[in-house]
Amino acid sequence: MQKFTQVNGLVAPLDRANVDTDLIIPKQFLKSIKRTGFGPNLFDELRYLDEGYPGQDASKRPLNPDFVLNQPRYQGSEILLSRKNFGCGSSREHAPWALVDYGFRAVIAPSFADIFFNNAPKNGLLLIKLDEAVIDRLFQEVEANEGYRLAIDLPAQTVTTPSGEVLSFEVDPFRKHCLIEGLDDIGITLQDAEAIQAYEAKRSQVTPWIFS
Amino acid sequence: MALTLYDKLWDAHLVKQRDDGTALIYIDRQLLHEVTSPQAFEGLRLAGRQPWRLSANLATPDHNVPTTNKERQVGVSGIEDETSRIQVQTLDDNCDEFGITEFKINDPRQGIVHVVGPEQGATLPGMTLVCGDSHTATHGAFAALAHGVGTSEVEHVLATQCLIQRKMKNLLIQVDGDLQPGVTAKDIILAVIGEIGTAGGTGYAMEFAGSAIASLSMEGRMTICNMAIEAGARVGLVGCDQVTLDYVKGRPFAPQGEDWDKAVAYWKTLHSDADASFDKVVKLDAARIEPQVSWGTSPEMVVAVTDRVPELEKAEDDNQRKSWEAALKYMGLEPGQAITDIQLDRVFIGSCTNSRIEDLREAAAVAKGRRVAASLKQALVVPGSGLVKQQAEEEGLDKIFIEAGFEWREPGCSMCLAMNADKLGQGEHCASTSNRNFEGRQGYGGRTHLVSPGMAAAAAIAGHFVDVREF
Repeated sequence: MQKFTQVNGLVAPLDRANVDTDLIIPKQFLKSIKRTGFGPNLFDELRYLDEGYPGQDASKRPLNPDFVLNQPRYQGSEILLSRKNFGCGSSREHAPWALVDYGFRAVIAPSFADIFFNNAPKNGLLLIKLDEAVIDRLFQEVEANEGYRLAIDLPAQTVTTPSGEVLSFEVDPFRKHCLIEGLDDIGITLQDAEAIQAYEAKRSQVTPWIFS
Repeated sequence: MALTLYDKLWDAHLVKQRDDGTALIYIDRQLLHEVTSPQAFEGLRLAGRQPWRLSANLATPDHNVPTTNKERQVGVSGIEDETSRIQVQTLDDNCDEFGITEFKINDPRQGIVHVVGPEQGATLPGMTLVCGDSHTATHGAFAALAHGVGTSEVEHVLATQCLIQRKMKNLLIQVDGDLQPGVTAKDIILAVIGEIGTAGGTGYAMEFAGSAIASLSMEGRMTICNMAIEAGARVGLVGCDQVTLDYVKGRPFAPQGEDWDKAVAYWKTLHSDADASFDKVVKLDAARIEPQVSWGTSPEMVVAVTDRVPELEKAEDDNQRKSWEAALKYMGLEPGQAITDIQLDRVFIGSCTNSRIEDLREAAAVAKGRRVAASLKQALVVPGSGLVKQQAEEEGLDKIFIEAGFEWREPGCSMCLAMNADKLGQGEHCASTSNRNFEGRQGYGGRTHLVSPGMAAAAAIAGHFVDVREF
């Protein structure tokens, strides 16, 4: 997993509430048995004018010029700004995989759906919650200023705007640690292997049918 | 101290509370399917890890399997789409390699994971259960702590039998009173989502209680918990009672003999204490709930069948008005349009929400002796499992559907998410018993309306929405 400390990145505004995981990566691309390669199909139905299917050459497909990620000024974006309940719907981890594969390092929104909120940081994608009023203002600033960048500092838990305004955000201490160090959860949990075995030994007396 | 059901399940599975506020929670059961597991198995292989407890896992392909008899009769090799065939074959190969029990594509026990688990007794009260699918909330109907996980967590559970979690808050949805005839569990949950919104349950474990819930069958309770995630809650819950015990008893994976008695004694404690406190309580009067139809591209965009598509000025704020406007444009509907004026192109009866025997009976009772409207391109009935299909055929439901002009298919997720060949064409309207009406969900440009099985069958006959109570 890619480590996350500081990112100073171009911001793309996706002005839409309840962005669901079907929209982030449509189901036909979930037939892949790999973790990578989903970037060209991120937001497929918004991004292209034709119907997408696995194995296409994305460079030959007609782009939707109205879609934000197709506009020249947002090329190379690393930070996605969106509205409330981002990532709702299916548990598909292909959604954060697609965002990361495209090049996004962080998503900033007023709120995120629970499962997506769990999945994203396991793939090095930082999710930042800011107040709705602040998000409203960021949308205005991004649209008004071409080349608008935000500087995210995870250790300091701050987002700094081009004008020097510093916005603080909350992050789960465990997730923060894993993101900064690039750690995966399994290795950490296996350090508690003895505790898991002890739990099983005790619990199998109470609910033996679970362990038979 | 008085505890909620969620508190009890959490406490019973706490392996270790960490200083940073996270907890290690033990997972009793994991269900696996072909779409969200291949990368998890690959991760195990790359790290040289083995599953922690093999017998905790049960697998079956469902999302990506074809449902026509033609493609199904020879098994995996009959799947025409190559990438789908490879994915289903990969599940078989992984389960064979690691020694995980799998109901393969032509096993009569194969089906949608959330139908198969309960049907087999692999879902039991008091369990923690996960699956790489958000509709895992379904299993909470058994007083089990069940939720969807991503592929990293599928791998994590395979490798450690645990998950790193933070405790959620408690939300109680209290539904009292008697449902009107023709109004079902599906209408209750759609009404709940309409009331609290798609993010209303975010951060909560959502327990359903009250006389209307207590009087539901296990099938109905599963339908309700299934869609907790559509209200933002990863976890749906219903306390254990005699209905639960009667359903579980005698199922293949359920405890027997002395273990059964011991289990029942424990399971009877699995309900929220009378004076337990919840962080939030929402009350609904069951008698006031009418058959529901979704009109938009989010499950919260739902109204009674007697109602109309909302006028934009009724939106709470600018953001909601923008969402409604975009949804109406996508759906090809006008503000103020009567729901019963929405003409349909296809009807889908199936999915982990509504493909169990009771759902098929409900739809068949409406379809019996009638004909699907000539204006419809297709009306599909897809049973949730091979065993549901068998039982329906024993009851003659297949004949009722076929004689009425429905197609009777092999089990799988099918047109709920349209990963296989069952999908909507661009601009087509579908009355669907599934759970999501997101843009493109049932096919590129497809327009989904969520309804109960009875409402879907009635809509198939009429060619447009009708009130099943008057049908």
